[in-house]
Amino acid sequence: MLSLYVFFFLSAVTLVSAVMVLLSKKPIHSVLYLTLTFFTLAGHYIMLNAQFLAVVHIIVYAGAIMVLFLFTVMLLNLNIEGEFQKSTVMKFVAAIAGGMIFLVLIGTLKSFDVTTVGDPSMTQIGLVKNLGKTLYSQYLMPFELSSILFLSAMVGAVMLGKKDKN
Amino acid sequence: MDIQFILYKIILIVAILLLSLMVAMYSTLAERKVAGFFQDRLGPNRAGIFGLLQPVADGLKLFMKEEFMPANADKVLYIMGPSLTMLVALLSSAVIPWGGTLIIAGREFALQVADVNIGVLYVFAVVSIGVYGIMIGGWASNNKYALMGSVRAASQMISYELAMSMSIVTIVMTTGSLSLNEIVTQQQGMHWNVFTQPIGFVVFLICAFAETNRAPFDLPECDSELIGGYHTEYSSMKLGFYLFSEYINMFISSAMIASLYFGGYDFPFMHDMGLSHNMVTLMGTAALFLKITFFGFLFMWIRWTLPRFRYDQLMRFGWKGLMPWAIANMVLTGFFYMLFKK
Repeated sequence: MLSLYVFFFLSAVTLVSAVMVLLSKKPIHSVLYLTLTFFTLAGHYIMLNAQFLAVVHIIVYAGAIMVLFLFTVMLLNLNIEGEFQKSTVMKFVAAIAGGMIFLVLIGTLKSFDVTTVGDPSMTQIGLVKNLGKTLYSQYLMPFELSSILFLSAMVGAVMLGKKDKN
Repeated sequence: MDIQFILYKIILIVAILLLSLMVAMYSTLAERKVAGFFQDRLGPNRAGIFGLLQPVADGLKLFMKEEFMPANADKVLYIMGPSLTMLVALLSSAVIPWGGTLIIAGREFALQVADVNIGVLYVFAVVSIGVYGIMIGGWASNNKYALMGSVRAASQMISYELAMSMSIVTIVMTTGSLSLNEIVTQQQGMHWNVFTQPIGFVVFLICAFAETNRAPFDLPECDSELIGGYHTEYSSMKLGFYLFSEYINMFISSAMIASLYFGGYDFPFMHDMGLSHNMVTLMGTAALFLKITFFGFLFMWIRWTLPRFRYDQLMRFGWKGLMPWAIANMVLTGFFYMLFKK
């Protein structure tokens, strides 16, 4: 019963902060609301007994990516309100593009077969031990390949950021 | 989840919270005493005997100071900055095992708030969000020096986090568990990780200094360049929160170093002295606090001995000095682990 209340509370905070990301006037507030959204999502993962995913979510998104966002916003000093007012054409196009994504989401969710997964506290796959075993046995190949992908992305970023010697 | 268990956990949480605050309070006095010792003077000795009431006097002074908020400051974020810093500083104490188990009325109670099986990752997460309070506070002050300070703090913490994580990964590799309790238990009987992981320990220690923004890595509040760094515009107890959380961080980092590398609550001949279970636990906690006190002293010792780095030196040291060592240590550990522990 308690977990139900926690779920509704988390969901409410998630939705409100996600909407506030869009409604905030200052970019820095948007970034902070997005961070809050990530935290509440991590809370949802914990409710599903996926502790590893939850904590990695916080480390990667809240701890690394959002800090970089914050960093950029601060350094570029994007603090002027209303700077991002776009022209009417832009707003029109953006509304159509956003609506398309909404349609795709609805289309997917409509054909999605809703199944009950049972009591989430009974599933043990989210625990770090089980997840590690699955990743390193059943999905070893994709796991290693994705690490190479990350490495090449890192090397690429360093190459692009390098000063030109000439 | 019975009422006894919940009550015990609440008492434990409150006790650890109060303890952290008390230790941090007296660390400020200890710091000034140690500074006095290193500079051949007496240090504070007016308030109470040996200056024991000095932290109280300092706290009172901070409370009585004028609350000042700069014009054009972002009000909500300005208040959020120090609060977040304080909150995050207190968070990681939840997973540190402060001792073994106490047997009260036939039931076993662990001296650890949450023995989660992702303890180490939890610490990573708390460390990685620790930067928010400083960044938000520095930005909300609407002052270029404060902004510079917070940007420095952020880049420094991101850079040293990597080497820190890599040095802990080696411990996870040899222990085979992410639970801090498990890591401490496996070190019992003087099998301390510092003997098998000397490089990892040195890297972790240096990174701990950088993460707590202590000298010689206190570039974010470097007064000769940035006035006061990220807390330039803060006064009264908000400033107090920033300064205080540094001491809490120091306490928690010392506890982490002791738990990860020096056996936590382990002490020599722990189970060979024929003491009762509860006695061993209490002595273990005392041993842990002895270790914490030593590392707290080490933090102060280094602060009053070494001069500050230059900013480019700091960055170069983090990326080109510590990172290769951390990676090499990881590879070596994996190699030896495969060779000998099969």
